[in-house]
Amino acid sequence: MDGSTMSDDIGKTLLNTPPKVVNLGLESFALELSQQGVAVVHVDWTPPAGGDPALADLLSKLGA
Amino acid sequence: MDLIERANKEAVRRMLAGDPVLVDVIPAEQAIPTLGERMILHAGPPIDWARMCGPMRGAVTGVACFEGWTANLEAAAEQAAAGAFALHPNHHFDAVGPMTGITTRSQPVMVVENRAFGNRAYCTINEGLGKVMRFGGNDEEVLNRLRWLRDDFGPAMGAALREMGGIPLKSLVARGLTMGDEMHQRNVACSGLTLRHLAPALARVTQDRDALARALAFIGGNDQFFLNIAMALGKAIMDPVRGIEGSSVVTAMARNGTDFGIRVSGTGDTWFTAPVEMPEGLYFPGFSAADANPDMGDSTIVETIGLGGFAMGAAPAVAGFVGAGAASEAGNFTRTMAEITLGENPEWTIPALDYFGVPTGIDIRLVVETGLAPTINTGIAHKEPGIGQVGAGVVRAPLACFREALLAFAETLGVL
Repeated sequence: MDGSTMSDDIGKTLLNTPPKVVNLGLESFALELSQQGVAVVHVDWTPPAGGDPALADLLSKLGA
Repeated sequence: MDLIERANKEAVRRMLAGDPVLVDVIPAEQAIPTLGERMILHAGPPIDWARMCGPMRGAVTGVACFEGWTANLEAAAEQAAAGAFALHPNHHFDAVGPMTGITTRSQPVMVVENRAFGNRAYCTINEGLGKVMRFGGNDEEVLNRLRWLRDDFGPAMGAALREMGGIPLKSLVARGLTMGDEMHQRNVACSGLTLRHLAPALARVTQDRDALARALAFIGGNDQFFLNIAMALGKAIMDPVRGIEGSSVVTAMARNGTDFGIRVSGTGDTWFTAPVEMPEGLYFPGFSAADANPDMGDSTIVETIGLGGFAMGAAPAVAGFVGAGAASEAGNFTRTMAEITLGENPEWTIPALDYFGVPTGIDIRLVVETGLAPTINTGIAHKEPGIGQVGAGVVRAPLACFREALLAFAETLGVL
């Protein structure tokens, strides 16, 4: 046992290896990273009901 | 909510249980007894003359001349502006019509009977490509074709269908999907299959060989002949789904060139409307987007049952025709539409997508939640009356009418 924790290991991995990026939402962020040679997976996602909280609340009441 | 889940399950059950059969061709006034003198049915939700777009005005004036209600197009336009014609949506009379969708009493209509529920739906005969009334054409060439359809072709096709006992359509559409049709902008396979069914009976009921040859050549020369049959089929399938308490399933989508309208099962026959979008597509030589009329027609009933843009994956060739991207991307349209529908149709499958069933039962909750608007494959009419089709493309249903429908739907359930 060297006394290191799991979070220490994750921190070292993040700093010592190329980043692996999953981008949610705005595609331009993914494109910027991609142009700089960073491996990125883009997920086409928008907030429920386009981010309208009243509609999202209504959808929740309607079981969506 | 359990009520909504139960109601939607019943809505999809009725859609999948539908058994549409093309049984006859008869004059519209016989099919729709309330379709009287100086009554004109049009595509889409209700609209008056003042708000009608150019091609629909062109078709209204043309059909007034065809019916003998006016002497010429100018007089017809004056009378229309003065309110001399009663204008109503096809959907209010068990009917649908492509593009302008004009239906009047003496036009022959194809009859599709849903044998599982006993209801019937009607649609005029597809006139072919080029200058035609559905795209706003209204000159003598257009009217003479309508006269031939009324006096010769329509009666012959009706006699043939009666003689052979009708054409079951569910299996025919299933086969068409495996042959590259999506039943909106590509109907090559289903038109050919229909001709194969119809030709022997047409030959048996037609005495005059020249008349028979002309009828067969008319069907064989029109790749979109089946579109109007698919539309009546769609209407026949969706009408029994209307009025299920608590169901958030869309029962009709239709456009009049000015407004896009939807109806939802749980809110009855109320139309929820928003301004129509402009299709993005490809144009015939000599035309451009500057010539285009906004989205129009009742043909979106085929998307309502999971065909057209929803079945793009079955028809990679159409993706190029409508300017929707590479053939390899066609399946993405179908997969995306699966996110706003409640299930698949196990009888209408797409081989190229490992026999995925077409997305069935558009749920307004899913449309509003995801922001994914239904994809529609469509023809594009010239914005001026009398010219006709100028291209084909893809258009999205406007989200605003789904949001409006959702609020009204919530109100019916006492949630709002």
